[in-house]
Amino acid sequence: MSAALRDAFLSAVVALGLFGPMVGLVTTPTPNGLTLDPRPIATAVVVALVFFGRLLVVGRRSARARREEVSRNRALAEALTHAGRWLAPALLVVAVALPLTGSRYYVDLATLVLTYVMLGWGLNIVVGLAGLLDLGYVAFYAVGAYSYALLAQTFDLGFWTCLPLAGILAALWGVVLGFPVLRLRGDYLAIVTLAFGEIIRVVITNWVSLTGGPNGIVGIPRPTLFGLSFSMSGGPGTVAGFFGIEPTTLQRVIYLYYVILALALLTNWVSLRLRRQPLGRAWEALREDEVACRSLGINVTNTKLTAFATGALFGGFAGAFFATRQAFISPESFTFIESATVLAIVVLGGLGSQLGVALAAVIMIGGLELLRGFLSWMADQMGSDLFAGIASELPLYRMLIFGLALVVMMVLRPRGLVSGRTPTVALGARKEIAAELVAQGRG
Amino acid sequence: MLEVSGLTMRFGGLKAVDGLSFAARAGEITAVIGPNGAGKTTVFNCITGFYRPTEGSIVLTHPSGERFPLQRMPGHRIASAAKVARTFQNIRLFAGMTVLENLLVAQHNRLMASTGFGVLAVLGLSRYPAAERAAVDKARHWLDAIGLTERADDPAGALPYGAQRRLEIARAMCIDPVLLCLDEPAAGLNPRESEELNQLLLKIRGEGCSLLLIEHDMGVVMKISDHIVVLDHGKKISDGTPQDVRADPAVIAAYLGEGEEDEEVEVQA
Repeated sequence: MSAALRDAFLSAVVALGLFGPMVGLVTTPTPNGLTLDPRPIATAVVVALVFFGRLLVVGRRSARARREEVSRNRALAEALTHAGRWLAPALLVVAVALPLTGSRYYVDLATLVLTYVMLGWGLNIVVGLAGLLDLGYVAFYAVGAYSYALLAQTFDLGFWTCLPLAGILAALWGVVLGFPVLRLRGDYLAIVTLAFGEIIRVVITNWVSLTGGPNGIVGIPRPTLFGLSFSMSGGPGTVAGFFGIEPTTLQRVIYLYYVILALALLTNWVSLRLRRQPLGRAWEALREDEVACRSLGINVTNTKLTAFATGALFGGFAGAFFATRQAFISPESFTFIESATVLAIVVLGGLGSQLGVALAAVIMIGGLELLRGFLSWMADQMGSDLFAGIASELPLYRMLIFGLALVVMMVLRPRGLVSGRTPTVALGARKEIAAELVAQGRG
Repeated sequence: MLEVSGLTMRFGGLKAVDGLSFAARAGEITAVIGPNGAGKTTVFNCITGFYRPTEGSIVLTHPSGERFPLQRMPGHRIASAAKVARTFQNIRLFAGMTVLENLLVAQHNRLMASTGFGVLAVLGLSRYPAAERAAVDKARHWLDAIGLTERADDPAGALPYGAQRRLEIARAMCIDPVLLCLDEPAAGLNPRESEELNQLLLKIRGEGCSLLLIEHDMGVVMKISDHIVVLDHGKKISDGTPQDVRADPAVIAAYLGEGEEDEEVEVQA
C-alpha cells in the first residue's frame, strides 16, 4: 500500500510540475498590460485528480490482475475484428441515412470526416499495404485541388470532367516523386516525401501568376447533378427548378455529402479488390520483405511506383472534391499538419485495415469536433464561482484531452484499432493473422 | 548450364572472391563448400544479382540454348527471365502472409500478366480468376511435395523452423526455375528433417531443375551432390566428385588444418 501511495505522490508531483504553469497561472489583460494571476484551487483540483486516479490504478493492479488485463486486451482485439463483419455495414447504413437528420451541422461535419476517410484509405495503400512511410501525402491532395480549380476556371470544364483529370495528374506526380526517391528506404524516404510535400506548397505559394499565390483561387465552380446546378435562383437548369422545389443551401450540402461518400466508397472498393490481386499481394510482400520479392522476380521499383501512383490518384480525387466543396483554395489548406493528420488516422486505425482507418477518421475528425461542442456545453453548465475560471476556457483544453486519448489508445492497442490481417486467399477458411507476425514495413 | 569465369568481388580493399571459375552442369546438384568466410554467399549473391561482380562473367544457358549474362542483368530479371531462384541463409519468408499467399506471390509475374495492368482485373474484365486457379493448383502441388497442405492457411511466420525452410524452397520453385540456388538449406535442421530435405532436393532434380547449394552439413553434401566446388579465402581449392574432394589434401587442410600443418599441406599442394 505504501508503494502505491508513493507512486501516487510522485505522479502528483509530476502533475504539479506540468499543470502548475498550464492551469495554475492565467494571464489577464488589464489597462496596464497583461498581469499574471495565480489559480491555486484549479491546480489543486487537477493535482488531486491525478493523485487519486493513480492511487486507484496502482491499487487495483496486482500481478494476477495484470495478466487478466492482457488476455482481456486480446479478447477485445478479437471482438473488434469480428465486430468488423457487422460494424462495417452498420456504419455504411448510418452514413447513407445521415442526411435524413436534415441538420446542416452534422452533414457538413460528416462531409469533412468522409474526406479524411478517403484520404486515409488512399494513404493506407502506400503506408499500410506497401509499407512506404509517406509524410508528404498532402502534396497529392494539393495537386488534385489545384488541378481541378485551374482546369475548371481556365477551360470552363465541369467537376465531373475534371475529377478524373485531377486524379490522373496527381498520380502522375506520384510517379514523378516516386522515381528518384524510391531507392531510399525507411527514415530517408520519409524525410524526402516530407520535403516533397513542402516543395509543392511553396511552389503554389510563390507561383502567383498561375495559382494566385497566398491569395488562393476563388469562385471555383460547384459540382452539378447531370448538368443541373444548385444555384439559389431556382430557375430552369437548376435542381430546384427542375424538380419544382424550393431551393435551399442544404440541397447542395447533401449532394456534396453523397458525392464524397461515393468517392470514398470507390476508394475502398478499389483497395479491397487490388488487395486480392497480384498487385496488392506484391505490395504486401514488399512490406514484409523487399529482398525476398526481388529474388522472386518482382520488379520492386515498378511495384512501389504503382502503390505511390494509386495512393496519389485517390489523394487527387479528394483534393478535387475539397476544391469544389470550399469553392476557395489557398496554400494554407495544404500544410504538413494535414499529412500528419491523415498519417495519424492510418496509424491509429491499424496499418492496412480499411475499417480501422474509417473508425479512426470518425474519432479523430468527428470526435474532436464533437468534443469541442461537449466542452462548450459543459462550460455553460458549470456556473459556480469555484470553476468559473476553468469553465470559460474548458473548450481550449480539447487538444490536450484529445492528445491524452490518443496516447492511451496507442498504449492499449499499439498496432492500431483494428490490427491483424485477413489473408487474401485461402484453401479452407480464412484465419485472421495476428498483428505481431505482420511486418510494418521500412520502405 | 552455369559457367562462372574469372569472378572477382571486391568490397573496398577486401577481395571476397578472387578469380573464381567453375561450371555447374544441367540436371546435377552442384555444392559449393568451404570454411566460414570463404566467400560462398558472396558467389551466390553475384549469381543471383544481389551484388554486381567487380570482374568476371556468369553465363547461364537454358536447355533451349538461350544464354543469359547474369552479371549484367538487373536483380529481378535474373529471377523472372533467366529463371534463377534462390533461398536465403537466414530464412526470408513473408511472415505475415499465409503459406499459400507466399506461394502465390512467387507467381506474381505470370498472374500480373493476366490482370491487364491491374486495371481490368479491378473492373472484373480479365482472365485473372482462371490464372489464379492455375496458380493455386501449382501452389498445392508444392505444398504436397513439402507436406504443408494442412497448414496452407496459417501465417508463414508461425511455422516451425524446418517447415519454414521447406516452404522457402517451395516458394522458390514456384517461379519455375531452371537453376535453384540454396544457401545452407540444412542449417538448423535435425537429422530426420535433414533426410527429408535430401529427398526433396533429389525430387527437384528429378523434375529437371539444376541445383546449386552452399552447405556446411557434410552429410547432406556428400550424399546428394553430383559435383563439389571447394572455396577457401575466395579461391577455388578443389573441384570434382564427392569422392575426389573428400580425398583432396588441400580440402582436408582447409577444414582441419591451422598453422604449421596447414602451411605444410599448402606446400605439397
